[in-house]
Amino acid sequence: MKLPFSNLRVRIETRADNPGWIGLLSSILGVVLALFFGGLLLKVAGAGNPIATYREIFKEAFGMPADWLAGIKALTTGTSCPKGMLCFGPLSDTLVKTAPIMLTTLACIVAFRMKLWNIGADGQMFMGAWAATAVAIFLLPKDTNRVVMLSSMAIAGILAGGIYGFIPGFLKARLNINEIITTLMLNYVAYKWLEFFVVVGPWSLGDFESTGNFSKSATWPRLTEYVKSNPVFAGLTVHPGIFLGIGAAILLAWLLFRSRWGFQIRVIGDNPKAARYAGINLAKNIILVMVMSGALAGLAGMNEVAALRTLTGRFQRGYGFTGVIVAWLSRLNPFAAILVSFLFGGLVVGTKLIQPQGISSMLQGVIMFVVIGTELLFRYRVRFEKPEVILPVTGGVNEL
Amino acid sequence: MVETSIAFEMKAIVKRFPGVVANDRVDFSCQIGEVHALLGENGAGKSTLMNVLAGLYRPEAGEIYVGGKRVSFRSPQDAILNGIGMVHQHFMLVPQHSVAENMVLGLRKPRFFLDLTRVEEQVKALGEQYNLNVNPRAKIWELSVGEQQRVEVLKMLFRGTKVLILDEPTSVLTPQEVDSLFHTLRDMTKRGHTIIFISHKLDEVLAIADHVTVMRRGKVTAFGISSKGVTKPQLARLMVGREVLFQVEKKKCETGEIVLNIEKLRAENDRGLPALRDISLKLHAGEIVGIAGVAGNGQRELAEVLTGLRRSTGGTITLLDRKLDDNTRWQEVGQSMAHIPEDRGSVGSVPGLSIAENLILKNYFRPPISSGLSIDRMKVRQNATRLVDEYQIATPSIDVPVRMLSGGNLQKVILARETSGHPKLMIAVHPTRGLDVGATEAVHKILIKQCEGGAAILLISEDLDELCALSDRIAVIYEGKLVGEVLADSVDISRIGLMMAGVKADS
Repeated sequence: MKLPFSNLRVRIETRADNPGWIGLLSSILGVVLALFFGGLLLKVAGAGNPIATYREIFKEAFGMPADWLAGIKALTTGTSCPKGMLCFGPLSDTLVKTAPIMLTTLACIVAFRMKLWNIGADGQMFMGAWAATAVAIFLLPKDTNRVVMLSSMAIAGILAGGIYGFIPGFLKARLNINEIITTLMLNYVAYKWLEFFVVVGPWSLGDFESTGNFSKSATWPRLTEYVKSNPVFAGLTVHPGIFLGIGAAILLAWLLFRSRWGFQIRVIGDNPKAARYAGINLAKNIILVMVMSGALAGLAGMNEVAALRTLTGRFQRGYGFTGVIVAWLSRLNPFAAILVSFLFGGLVVGTKLIQPQGISSMLQGVIMFVVIGTELLFRYRVRFEKPEVILPVTGGVNEL
Repeated sequence: MVETSIAFEMKAIVKRFPGVVANDRVDFSCQIGEVHALLGENGAGKSTLMNVLAGLYRPEAGEIYVGGKRVSFRSPQDAILNGIGMVHQHFMLVPQHSVAENMVLGLRKPRFFLDLTRVEEQVKALGEQYNLNVNPRAKIWELSVGEQQRVEVLKMLFRGTKVLILDEPTSVLTPQEVDSLFHTLRDMTKRGHTIIFISHKLDEVLAIADHVTVMRRGKVTAFGISSKGVTKPQLARLMVGREVLFQVEKKKCETGEIVLNIEKLRAENDRGLPALRDISLKLHAGEIVGIAGVAGNGQRELAEVLTGLRRSTGGTITLLDRKLDDNTRWQEVGQSMAHIPEDRGSVGSVPGLSIAENLILKNYFRPPISSGLSIDRMKVRQNATRLVDEYQIATPSIDVPVRMLSGGNLQKVILARETSGHPKLMIAVHPTRGLDVGATEAVHKILIKQCEGGAAILLISEDLDELCALSDRIAVIYEGKLVGEVLADSVDISRIGLMMAGVKADS
């Protein structure tokens, strides 16, 4: 028996036209399709009705429009929010998660623009967190001025991340060692490094697997600290880290599209041979870009400890990998990265309470998968056709 | 029966590429046992049509008949099953493998045991039969380009090909090797093979073909005209669509001071073998010096060493009284030295960046384009608008990525960038390779204008006609040595040909 369509041949060919909106469309379609497939998986995983679940995720991540309105009203009148934490609580939590995602995303973008596949932003972030903690607890006195303290921590995070990015960059530039392998492996070195200091090593407070709380000057000021000026701020943990991310995005966009160095990066990323022909020093730029990438990830680490107010053995892994996904979804555009990071921050916050655990990572994976898949479909055309007869002709020394 | 004399027939073939219709309802067929030339400018669609016939491309529409039966090729294997094989411009051989090993590469038989000795005997026998002698045990990389081409032809015969397509087979050969190839091809037609000969060189086509089909802009403008009663100008008109001047108008330039002085220059190729052996050459202002030679005799290395892309292992380069070392040459490129690299797409330009950005590739770090750390976008756009206009680059906008441009327009972008800074020295490597007649004319005009403006030009080319038309002097390079030099106004092509093959100039 013949199956229907079994005589059809699939034919994949490049599309003749490839306009720019295809990228945007495939990103959006990718997210929509990912939500669909994710819904199927949610159903299978026993998380109940997918639509209700998504609604719940949205509510957890961003809150409800009616509650925002109530919050805005309370904000202007100077009264406390009628719904309590429901007004701006979710948004605040999401913004707190957005900041590290945004910074690791930017770290990935700068490297990916030059086709350097830095998947070690996670490790670089860990090193940044470690160095910022060293400054906060061990190097500067507790009563240091807050601005001085936070700036010093940021510089330490940038330096540590930068140095940690320098290692694979140097190996790539001088010895042509594959940066994918080195950055990936250095992640685990960084995890263990932190674990050594915090869990068993010199920074551990006995059984707490923690450095203990930072002094107030070493933490981001949260909105809730200003509850006296407006009661709506009560309980909101949002902090200026998000501006660090936005500032870095603007700086990176300027660097990439307006500066001499960015021009070099884009030339190398597109065609290294032409870069050499134009007299651009490849080795130097590989190292510089990896340092820059590591520095941004290191800053993410500093931001995280300043927000968490402590460094523990359970310091969150995986921001660096989320950064890879967000970088692709934003098509390596720093401004798009601001928006996509925010959405992914929401995804992380919104899925926190959902059972089974790990829904966030699953959805991230599905989104990445589907976006790459849809992009392929847009870039190529798939045609089905009936095969025609092939006539073998004999002759020659060897037949096939 | 009439049908038996037709080797194959292509009907209303349509093949599109991004932005172009490469084949627009093309009909084509060949008689068994003829040499049929497919003539056209680059980009006319002749290679595309033959890639369709050889199973490499699949047409969007159209039908192919072999021996009267309709066929559809999904891969070159399908085409070979039907007796159609193609020798591409870039050879499809594995350099580290022997000739015999390359023969069986991709064959489905034998399945398990490879009897190479038998294959070697068969290859030897085939070679003798068709006068294509090559040692079946030699590794491909040990062979000259001409020999490699023979291996490609043998490979097709070995697979039982009856229809052999040759894509610009003479571009890599010396005049003497061309003669030998033509001899083999005639021999093959006597044995019932059909040859399709793709070319844009009129003399060759008239010398070898029985019939000529001319293509222009994806369409056939003349099908199967007999090569007997047709003249070169007639073919050229069919090919270009207008009258063509075969002679470039070039005034004798005033030669001035010595711009470039190369003394005993040595360099190695990528494999670490000597590629340049004591090259000495002087270039004067206002002079075009041609370097003739078969591909792979050190031309690429010479250009790369001069422009700082490759280190020299000895000798000196002096540019306008300044000795250049390996580190300073990079800075020279883009200031007083311009470089038209042989590979437009992969070296000379950045495909994904816009025309405007490609135009500043060499001066993005200098005023007025750059001020401080940033690049002045207004200046970039002004620069691009001016150059697009001045060099007549056909494009809808200066923001188009250069990968969308045709070869001719891309070359104009590169020339605009390289010549707009009024260089003292230009290194031009195959500046018109793959360009159509119109674009070639434009490139030649730009080069001559530079020369009249007092620049010294080193023109490295495989096209002897181009060298003769443009150069004041022609030096011949063979195995990394300059083996002789002739003045272009008293040039004798056959003498250059002999020197290209390594025969000493004075013999």
